[in-house]
Amino acid sequence: MKVSDITQIEGFTTVSLNDETQEVNSAYTGDLLSDVIANVGDDAVLITVQAHKNTIAVCSLSNMPAIVICNGRSCPPDMVSAAEDNDISIFTTDDTQFLASVKIAKALNL
Amino acid sequence: MQEIPINTYSSPTVILDLIYRLKVKDVMFTNLCCATMDTTLREIQQLMKKKKITGVPIVQGKRLIGLVSMDDIIQAFDKGYIDDPCKTHMSRNIIVLEDDMPISFAIHYFDKFSFHRFPVLNKEKELIGMITSRDITARLLVEINKEMEQLEKKQIGSKPLHPSNINGETHSYNIIKHDFENAGYASTQIKKKLKKGGVATPIIRRAAIASYEMEMNIVVHSNGGQLVATYTTDKVIISAQDIGPGIENIEGALTPGWSTANDWIRSLGFGAGMGLPNVKNVSDDFSIESSPNGTIVTCTINLDKKE
Repeated sequence: MKVSDITQIEGFTTVSLNDETQEVNSAYTGDLLSDVIANVGDDAVLITVQAHKNTIAVCSLSNMPAIVICNGRSCPPDMVSAAEDNDISIFTTDDTQFLASVKIAKALNL
Repeated sequence: MQEIPINTYSSPTVILDLIYRLKVKDVMFTNLCCATMDTTLREIQQLMKKKKITGVPIVQGKRLIGLVSMDDIIQAFDKGYIDDPCKTHMSRNIIVLEDDMPISFAIHYFDKFSFHRFPVLNKEKELIGMITSRDITARLLVEINKEMEQLEKKQIGSKPLHPSNINGETHSYNIIKHDFENAGYASTQIKKKLKKGGVATPIIRRAAIASYEMEMNIVVHSNGGQLVATYTTDKVIISAQDIGPGIENIEGALTPGWSTANDWIRSLGFGAGMGLPNVKNVSDDFSIESSPNGTIVTCTINLDKKE
């Protein structure tokens, strides 16, 4: 699927949509950024509660085009502007990481 | 006075390359004039005069236990204890350098402390030499001469020597303690550089993981330091160097899950004890050295591997 398809998922809010044509082929759920960077596959969407600028750095270094921030957490402005600079899209949701992962899995036809 | 006027962060790359390539052991002098604890200050003063030196290390076997400087001698004359054995009057709190440290560290130390010389110890903590700022400047001039000679030669021959457009470059990035705001910048620059050099994506990925973890380690655990990337045709060497406080348990730090991070750092998604194991895992060559004066982690990633 493409990043733009994530905008259609129920319960997800688009915070920042940047380069929505990028492919998303997999997903990774985790809050330990070291674990994420070590194990994530290519073109994955990150499902996490880590709503800060460093998450953008991790996504940028690991070629992740999108992030879903769970549990109703909000994104600070510096995170949003870093995402714009790095062509990474951010979505937020009140869902838990588990529920958000299930929704992404369905969207990916997994 | 003792300051060495070289910026260890933003000097021309050829200079940065020099001050990281040259180790303290390449620059120090080893023909030491030492004394023991029972030597009197007067004898030391005579030794200084005879050998034209201004500082004498006090040793017990190969171990450094003190230092008598010209200042100590002046004090002794002033206070009238010049015939005492040096053990009661020598300086005991001595800052030392290790022989494997790059001279950028030594430069930093001369700028930071007002000492005229630093004793140099090897890994076994034995005294093996001394270094003065003069040793560093003299050696740097010799090396810069060599570099200039090569540069002139290169200008005459017009063909580029190296096939890759990033070869031979060294970049260093200053990293500040607890600066989560800018963390990831150095790693991103390294990644961009490798991309520009046409390096295969899986290899860039490994370099990105290593540099990010090393960068975060400096941010999270150290008092500040630098990330230095050196590019050659077939590899990139990424080195994280900090100014302390050192890793007490290196074996622990290399064990997945082992961590000294506090709750605040953990809440940001770091400090899970995965950093150094991750770096080691993605490196083709990995080394770590640590003392209270600082930690140096060096990781090499081969660029020509088929992946």
